[in-house]
Amino acid sequence: MSFFMENILNFVCFFPLIGVVLIVLWPKGKEHENGVKWIANIVALIGFLISIPLITAFNDPRYIDTATGMRFVIRKSWIDAIGAQYYFAIDGISLLLVLLTTLLGFIAILSSWSAITERVKEYYCYFLILQVGMLGVFMAFDFFLFYVFWEVMLVPMYFIIGVWGGPRKLYAAIKFFLYTLAGSVLLLLGILALYFYQHSVTGVWSFDILRMQQLSIPLELQQWIFLALFFGFAIKVPMFPFHTWLPDAHVEAPTAGSVILAAILLKMGTYGFVRLSLPILPEATMEFLPWLLVLSVIGIIYGALVAMMQKDMKKLVAYSSVSHLGFCMLGVFVATPVALEGGILQMINHGISTGALFLIVGIIYERRHTRMIADYGGLSHIMPVFATVFLIMTLSSIGMPTLNGFIGEFMVLQGVFADPIYKLWALFGVLGIVLGAAYMLWLYQRVMFGQLDDPENRNFPDLNWRELTTFVPLIILAFWIGLYPKTFLDYLHAPVNQIVERVRPGEFPLLPVQVAVKE
Amino acid sequence: MLNYLWLIPIFPLLGFAINGLFGLWKVRRTGSRPAKPFIYSVGCGSVLLALLLSLGCFWELIQLDPEHRLVEQELFTWIHGPELRTVSGELVNFHITWGLQLDPLSAIMILVVTGVGFLIHVYSIGYMAEEKEGFYRFFAYMNLFMFMMLILVLANNYLVMFVGWEGVGLCSYLLIGYYIHKKSAGDAAKKAFVVNRVGDLAFIIGMLMIFSYFGTLDFTEVFEQVGEMFPTPEATWGALSWMALLLFIGATGKSAQVPLFVWLPDAMEGPTPVSALIHAATMVTAGVYMVARSTAIYSGAPDVLLIIAVVGIFTALLAASIALFQQDIKRVLAYSTVSQLGYMFAALGVGAVAAGIFHLMTHAFFKALLFLGSGSVIVALHHEQDMRKMGGLKKYLPTTCLTMWVAALAIAGVPGLAGFFSKDEILWRAFSSGHGLIWLVGVLVAGMTAFYMMRLMFLTFYGEARVSQEAAHHLHESPRVMTWPLILLAVGAFLAGYVGLPDWLGPNRFGDFLEPAVQVAYPPPAEALPAAEPLPADEAHHVDWQEIGLTVFSVTVAFIGIYLAYYLFLKHKDKPAQLREKYRAIHGVVYNKYYVDELYDLLFVNRAKGLGRFFSAFDDNVVDGAVNGSATITRISAWLSGQADIHIVDRIVNLLAQFFDSFSTVFRRFQTGLVQRYALFFVVGIILVISLYLYLES
Repeated sequence: MSFFMENILNFVCFFPLIGVVLIVLWPKGKEHENGVKWIANIVALIGFLISIPLITAFNDPRYIDTATGMRFVIRKSWIDAIGAQYYFAIDGISLLLVLLTTLLGFIAILSSWSAITERVKEYYCYFLILQVGMLGVFMAFDFFLFYVFWEVMLVPMYFIIGVWGGPRKLYAAIKFFLYTLAGSVLLLLGILALYFYQHSVTGVWSFDILRMQQLSIPLELQQWIFLALFFGFAIKVPMFPFHTWLPDAHVEAPTAGSVILAAILLKMGTYGFVRLSLPILPEATMEFLPWLLVLSVIGIIYGALVAMMQKDMKKLVAYSSVSHLGFCMLGVFVATPVALEGGILQMINHGISTGALFLIVGIIYERRHTRMIADYGGLSHIMPVFATVFLIMTLSSIGMPTLNGFIGEFMVLQGVFADPIYKLWALFGVLGIVLGAAYMLWLYQRVMFGQLDDPENRNFPDLNWRELTTFVPLIILAFWIGLYPKTFLDYLHAPVNQIVERVRPGEFPLLPVQVAVKE
Repeated sequence: MLNYLWLIPIFPLLGFAINGLFGLWKVRRTGSRPAKPFIYSVGCGSVLLALLLSLGCFWELIQLDPEHRLVEQELFTWIHGPELRTVSGELVNFHITWGLQLDPLSAIMILVVTGVGFLIHVYSIGYMAEEKEGFYRFFAYMNLFMFMMLILVLANNYLVMFVGWEGVGLCSYLLIGYYIHKKSAGDAAKKAFVVNRVGDLAFIIGMLMIFSYFGTLDFTEVFEQVGEMFPTPEATWGALSWMALLLFIGATGKSAQVPLFVWLPDAMEGPTPVSALIHAATMVTAGVYMVARSTAIYSGAPDVLLIIAVVGIFTALLAASIALFQQDIKRVLAYSTVSQLGYMFAALGVGAVAAGIFHLMTHAFFKALLFLGSGSVIVALHHEQDMRKMGGLKKYLPTTCLTMWVAALAIAGVPGLAGFFSKDEILWRAFSSGHGLIWLVGVLVAGMTAFYMMRLMFLTFYGEARVSQEAAHHLHESPRVMTWPLILLAVGAFLAGYVGLPDWLGPNRFGDFLEPAVQVAYPPPAEALPAAEPLPADEAHHVDWQEIGLTVFSVTVAFIGIYLAYYLFLKHKDKPAQLREKYRAIHGVVYNKYYVDELYDLLFVNRAKGLGRFFSAFDDNVVDGAVNGSATITRISAWLSGQADIHIVDRIVNLLAQFFDSFSTVFRRFQTGLVQRYALFFVVGIILVISLYLYLES
């Protein structure tokens, strides 16, 4: 057991800070900006590379904590007075999200190369700090630590939107900040309630999330805490009707900001539900289930319909996020194993396809500096490679089989449909799929097909190598998940089973592993 | 060779990858396209390999006993999900594999797909010869289509079939929209995809139901369980009927049946080889194939079967009536396709699965031929599709004309040609299973088909030439690379019928071959079996005579249709215009396709858009309004408390201060810092104190 592997989560989480230090020490001035970019890109790339051992050593028994089944556990006492610990660990769910974060962090930084020309040093510093915050959230298993990282993410994102954003950047940044902060405050209240309840039962002051997952809290208290946590997470997801900060933030944020916002930041909310609300407050979840499903389904259909009528590309993609995350939440809340697993996979899928769609919008925005759909048309005549990439990602987003989105959607639908009580909710989900095809293909048609008659668009260069590089990993992942999702689903079985066991105890005992091979 | 089954779809996939990636790379690198011979060699070669391998597999399949003609190949796990409870409470894994199967049904399909597909690929070399920019794109998409279609027909479970199902839809989208500069092409492509998606919605729900009842989507496993789980066919509407209906709705999307047929005529925006391959011979028959594949499920849902029969024959009638008046040569053929697909569904609906698939096969030959022939005409006329601007082309395009005659007579049901056998089989099965009305409408449609097909032939190839001067100059027969596929297809359209002879003529080898693959879940009870034994000679004779009589009748109707067309469009050419004047209202409604498109726009498209606009405004004003409103309220209250702070709290403080201030002004006077003045006050004070003292003393 090497020192590196023992502390791998620390390395993965805090490695970006090295970049921050280097950038701060780097000389100022326009002529040194390229150096800053190189540092940020290399640090982000290494950040991704050092997260890969998490997969390769995931099932290595040396790194498995036998008591909890967690991997790569790092546990140190921190603030003894309140019982807060420095507790890092991951399970299968965290693993996928951590890797998604390190990968998309790199892609987002790479995509900023020519888009950011002002205050370059600060920009990359904020991005790397943001990376630390996001990774910490997915690794923290101490509620206090979790909350610290949860708040840490907020600040750099606020500056990224507020400084490098579009014309209404201040409005969007403040709205984003205040809205999510309001949710965070309620989340904190919920955390404190859990903390004090835990002490009253066990006599121990502790923020240990895994321990809280074993509490059996009286239903009424569960409901109050659920509501507090719900606002914190639902705003972040965002679920209808807490979503309106999202289009503004997306529209104003620089491309890379939108990518990270869609791909990772929104996952904080869904992750919070999966990791905290469901297993800690299972009865309350089931109690509120009809309402949660209503909100999820409204999100799916409402988001899709609103997306259809948008004139601004970024806004369209933003509303499509609302629709897709409704899908995630539908699967997560129903919490049959298949639905939950599909919901979690759909989180990853959304990160891949919507992240890529924001990159795509960014590509043409950089060429023309407008996001209005009507300003484009016929681009596939001059940008065949871009047309191909855009098409693949559109198809991934609308759930074309052989691509990632389909697997997640179908699992969610099948999981919901197999539930005798809530089966008909699946039908709304299916409706969302049709609408999804309509607005995405319409977007594609209006941007890519038709005559190339606007002289301003005539000389768009096709993707350069750097731009293409940002898409390649996403395309590979989209096909991988679409053709052989087993790689990813295998990591999810165990944690999903634990959560389902909390929410629906005894309903889905594990089947023995069977290898069905037909002659 | 059967072990290499998986290679059949892989060849076209490789063709797609080579042409697509190499093409993109070349464009990206040099700005120029790969050489055409390279592109079409890859494109056609890959399909040829698939065809040869299909023939090999077919050959090995027919060597097996009829009961063992089912080869399954599981390639690898696709989705391996966690536990799920079926409706009966059983716990199963959500497990789906990438699996293929070859049985008589899929064997016929792969032969049709690769055979007709290969000829159309070859034909495309000539048809697309003038394309510059998109040549590689075209062949890449066509290969991708072949791959998806082969996956669709070779799948061994519903979800893999759905992969092909969506995949062919995607290729259809890409190829309809192939002429990317045309807005109408883009619109048609999107319409096709979205309308198909409406059907897919039902298909998906159907699959969800199947899995939650049977715990698997594997064809053989599902069909084995149908009889166990539902011991008798459903007399009243139940789960099995729902599954059957949902799958059928899915099929109406892909196979352009009422009410989802509207996309197919618009799909003619694509290049003609695409119309021939995708929108006539193969993709649109996927729905027929899927319903035939699910025979076991449908056999338990008699109500749904009746619905299928009615929808099918109604579609056949509706589309045939529209085809009567269309002026665009490809649109006539498009509506004709819709109509013939309706025939196939009617066959499935009356329980004549083999007859439906038989018609699918013969139709693939003659309809592909008709499209390719019309493509030959269109190219000769420099992309003119309006039949009013054709006429008299026989002498310029002799091969095209001759081969099209074979196809037209075949579809018209002239005895001896492929269409006659399959169409007659369907009509006879409809009649003998007691669906008299369906038979009658079917005969009527046969007459209409003969009429509009002859109208097309006469308007295009006979009479006076109405072509423009300029086009007439360049008129010439198409190159051999285009005419040879026509000739080979014509041979097919001639001979394909002889594998399925009617009972009174000889053995129906086609039906016997197909039989094991389309088993019903409810075999007729044992006591009913003796009835199927050979009948006494005179009775068998009686049945024969009835069948022959009906055949004579339907053939007569077809000939009446042919004669009418001859009478109206060759002999008395002013008649059509007169009739049109006389029945203007009816003609207008039919000519405008019964305004179905307009109706759908009104009912669905505009509604959805309106709803989208409404919600969009709602989102900006109400939902976001609430957020901004609460922000505004916060700001107002902040302002108010600011004002209150200034005017009340601060005022009190200030008042207090003022109070002391005014006090202090009095006293301030004393504190001037001037020593002399202090001395003065001092002296005055002393004087006052002393005076007071003296006063008090006294």
